[in-house]
Amino acid sequence: MTTVDDQSVGMDYLESFPRKFLRVYLPLGLIILFLLFPFYWMAVTTFKPDAEMYDYEKYNPFLIAHPTLEHIKKLFFDTDYPLWMWNTVIVSVSSTFISLFASVCAAYAIERLRYKGSRYVGLAIFLGYLVPPSILFIPLAAIVFQLGLFDGNLALILTYPTFLIPFCTWLLMGYFRTIPYELEECALIDGATRLQILVKITLPLSLPGVISAGIFAFTLSWNEFIYALTFISSSENKTIPVGAITELVNGDVYHWGALMAAALTGSVPVVILYSFFVEYYVSAMTGAVKE
Amino acid sequence: MAVIAEPVAAQIKRSSLWTRAFESRNFLGAMFMVPAIAILILFLAYPLALGFWLGMTDTKIGGVGRFIGFQNFVSLSKDSVFWLSVFNTIFYTVFASIVKFAVGLYLALLLNERLPFKSMVRAIVLLPFVVPTVLSAIAFWWIYDSQFSIISWVLIKAGLLTHYIDFLGDPWNARWSVVLANIWRGVPFVAITLLAGLQTISPSLYEAANLDGATNMQRFRHITLPMLSPIIAVVMTFSVLMTFTDFQLIYTITRGGPINATHLMATLSFQRAITGGNLGEGAAISNAMIPFLVAAILLSFFGLQRSRWQQGGRD
Repeated sequence: MTTVDDQSVGMDYLESFPRKFLRVYLPLGLIILFLLFPFYWMAVTTFKPDAEMYDYEKYNPFLIAHPTLEHIKKLFFDTDYPLWMWNTVIVSVSSTFISLFASVCAAYAIERLRYKGSRYVGLAIFLGYLVPPSILFIPLAAIVFQLGLFDGNLALILTYPTFLIPFCTWLLMGYFRTIPYELEECALIDGATRLQILVKITLPLSLPGVISAGIFAFTLSWNEFIYALTFISSSENKTIPVGAITELVNGDVYHWGALMAAALTGSVPVVILYSFFVEYYVSAMTGAVKE
Repeated sequence: MAVIAEPVAAQIKRSSLWTRAFESRNFLGAMFMVPAIAILILFLAYPLALGFWLGMTDTKIGGVGRFIGFQNFVSLSKDSVFWLSVFNTIFYTVFASIVKFAVGLYLALLLNERLPFKSMVRAIVLLPFVVPTVLSAIAFWWIYDSQFSIISWVLIKAGLLTHYIDFLGDPWNARWSVVLANIWRGVPFVAITLLAGLQTISPSLYEAANLDGATNMQRFRHITLPMLSPIIAVVMTFSVLMTFTDFQLIYTITRGGPINATHLMATLSFQRAITGGNLGEGAAISNAMIPFLVAAILLSFFGLQRSRWQQGGRD
C-alpha cells in the first residue's frame, strides 16, 4: 500500500482563490462549524451563571457576560463526580491492558505461528467484532449477576474486553503481517524461543500498532455506556457517562450547568489523549476498517 | 542484512515431551490463544447463545424462567409498540446512513484537497467521534430544549420563525432531531476512513485522465468511485451496524419518547428487560435485531464482491 500524501489533481494551482474559496473553503468551514458547535455550546453553558443561561433577552446566549466556575464546583464537591471519574479511569486502564495482552498473544499466534485452523479462528474473532453490545447486554447482565460481579468495577473490566479484543487482535494482525519473516527466522536459528521473538523482535517493531490499539481501546472503554448502565446500580460505582445521565437529573429538574460541566470535563481527558496521539488514533480507526 | 548463525554441532538431545510440545506450532498456538479465547467464549459466545435461550423463556429479573418456545415472539408480533420500534429503527438507520455517507464522502473529498493546516483540520473533524457519545448527546439534549433551544432562538432572531420549536415533544420532530444528532456523531468516522481510502488512489490515474481530457465529474465517476468502492462497502457496513444497534443517543436525548415515537429496538429491549424486569421478552427483542444485522452484513459483503468483480471486468 502506498500512501500518497497529496494527490490533488494536476493543474490545481491554476485555480483562482475566489473559486477555490467557494468550492473548498466555504463548504469545509460550514461542515466544521456544524461539527464543532455542540462543543462550543457545551463550553459556553458550563461557564455561564444560571441567571444568564435562562435569559436570552437580556444576554446574548452565544457569549458569557460573567463567567463562573460555580457549575464545575457544584459538580466536583456536591456530587459523586470525582468517584465516577476514578471508576472510569480504573475500568478503562485495566480493560485496555487486559485486552492488549490477550490480543498481542492471539494476533501473534494467528499471524505468525499459523497453527492448524488459525485462519478460521482469525475470521471468528473478526465476526466477534460485528456482534454489537446492544444484543449482548441482557444475557451478559444475567451472567454478571450469577458470577456475583454485579455493581462493581470488575463487571466492566471483564466485559469490556469482549468488544476490545476482537478489534485489537484484528488491528495487530495487520501490523504483524508487515514485519518480515526473515527476522524471526534469524532469531529462531540463533536459538531464541517463540516468546523471546515476540517480546524482543515482533513487539518492538510493531510498537506503533500496539500504541494505536491501546489508544483506541482506551477511548472505546471510556465512552462505553450500555454495559455500565446495566451492570452498575449504586452511584459511587458508576462511570462518568452513566453518572452524568442518571444522577444529575432529579425528576424533571435538569441541572443544565452541572450536566454541561460533566459533559465537558468528561470529554477533556480523551480529547487530550487523542490530541497527543492523533496519528495513531487515525491509523487504528482506518487500519481496522481497511483490512 | 546477513546474520550468520554459528555452526552448531548437531547435538540434538532427545528432548522431553514438555520441550517438544513447546516447539510445536499447534501447541504453542493454543497456549497463546488461551487468554483471548477464554474471555471471548465466556463473555461473548456464551452470552450470545444464552440470549437465544433467554428469548424463548419467560425469565424475570431475580427469577428462574421456564421454556415457552416462541411465545415471546408471538406476543411481540401483536405488540404495536414493538412494530413502532422496528419502524423507527429502520427509519433512523436509512436516513442517518444515507446522509452520513453523502456528507462523509463530500467531506473526505474536501479534506483531500490542498489545504493549509491539513492535519489540524483532520484532527478537529474527528472530535465528535472521539468524545463520549453520551456526553455529546447531553449537549444535543440541551440544544433541543423546548424553552431554551439555541436553534429556535437563532431562527426567531432571523425572522424565520415566530415561536420556539418543540424539538423533542412532537413525534416527527423528535425523530428528525435524533437522526441529526446521529449524523453529527457518525460523519467524522465515514469521512476520515474514506479519506484514508482516497489517499491510496494513485495520482497517475488522475494524470492520465487529465491528459485524456476528463472533466472533474468524469474523474470522480470513473476513477474515485470505483477505486473507493471496496472501502465504501466496509465503512457503510460498520456505519449501518452501529446505527441500527444504537442505544446511547436515544437513551440520552429522548429515552424513546414522546409516546415511544423514537424507541429503537435496542432501547425498547432495555426498557422491557432491565427497567421492566422481563429479561425474556427483552432478549426476544434483541434477537429480532439479528436477522436485520445479518442481512445488512451480507448485503454489503456481496455488494463489495460485486464491485470488485466489476472493477476487474471493466476498463
